[in-house]
Amino acid sequence: MKILLVDDSKTMRNIQKSVLTQLGYTEIEEACDGQDALSKIGAFQPELLLVDWNMPNMDGLTFVKTYRQTHKSTPIIMVTTETERSRVVEAIKAGVNNYVVKPFTPDLLSQRINETLEKAAAA
Amino acid sequence: MDPKYISAFIKSISNVFSTMLQLPVEVGEPTIKKGDETPFDVSGIIGMSGEVVGSVVLSFPGDAAERIVAIFTGEQVGVDSEDFPDAIGELVNMVAGGAKGMFEGREVSISCPSVVVGKNHSVSRLKDVPCVLIPCSTDCGEVVIEVAIQDRKANEASAAPAQASA
Repeated sequence: MKILLVDDSKTMRNIQKSVLTQLGYTEIEEACDGQDALSKIGAFQPELLLVDWNMPNMDGLTFVKTYRQTHKSTPIIMVTTETERSRVVEAIKAGVNNYVVKPFTPDLLSQRINETLEKAAAA
Repeated sequence: MDPKYISAFIKSISNVFSTMLQLPVEVGEPTIKKGDETPFDVSGIIGMSGEVVGSVVLSFPGDAAERIVAIFTGEQVGVDSEDFPDAIGELVNMVAGGAKGMFEGREVSISCPSVVVGKNHSVSRLKDVPCVLIPCSTDCGEVVIEVAIQDRKANEASAAPAQASA
């Protein structure tokens, strides 16, 4: 399972990587913003993406909209401080499959990753 | 400033520190800050724009910041490390983001964080906007939240009748 982490904070990517490693996922690529992520998806071909919202150069929502033009079904989890209902709806409309609000516990992130992958496998 | 905004920041820092750091936060009495100088050596800064505008600063003494970052990252990270501002920035991002999520009926965006490290630094803020200083205490040391924000939507609503009658 190839997983792409898109977050401008290295600290946050490391925390997410630690959770993924504990779940047994080791094929992990990192990107520091939406533009960086777009430049890596071709070679890496992720099967799951964890995407922050607020990032420099290209924010997560713009990235998701761009990515969804060519990748319709690869599951995406938005991991963000944006908690307002309108933002969650906006993200889902853009093509996000699941949503995790920062701050989060490792258990919550694990649960969201598992349920997202289960739904994707069942689809 | 409406006290509900201060309450949002208190709830948010308690949530961020308890969830990400397992660190309880004891909150002291908020006061109005005088001057631009930050109380401590390390400041994480976030701007707010939209219907609420201004800035939020999370300020730490250097040793407290190092202890908090060590818990957050799981390793010792000195203030001179390039990973140090990243961790402080993410903390202020979560505190500000969590608080703005509690600003009911207001569309607000937050900027990417900036971090300043150094003694006696100052952070400029909007003129004529009072800065509320919220002192917090943790087992790792002190933290202060400085909130200098203005509710533009409320200001416009209160100014409208006066303009109409002028």
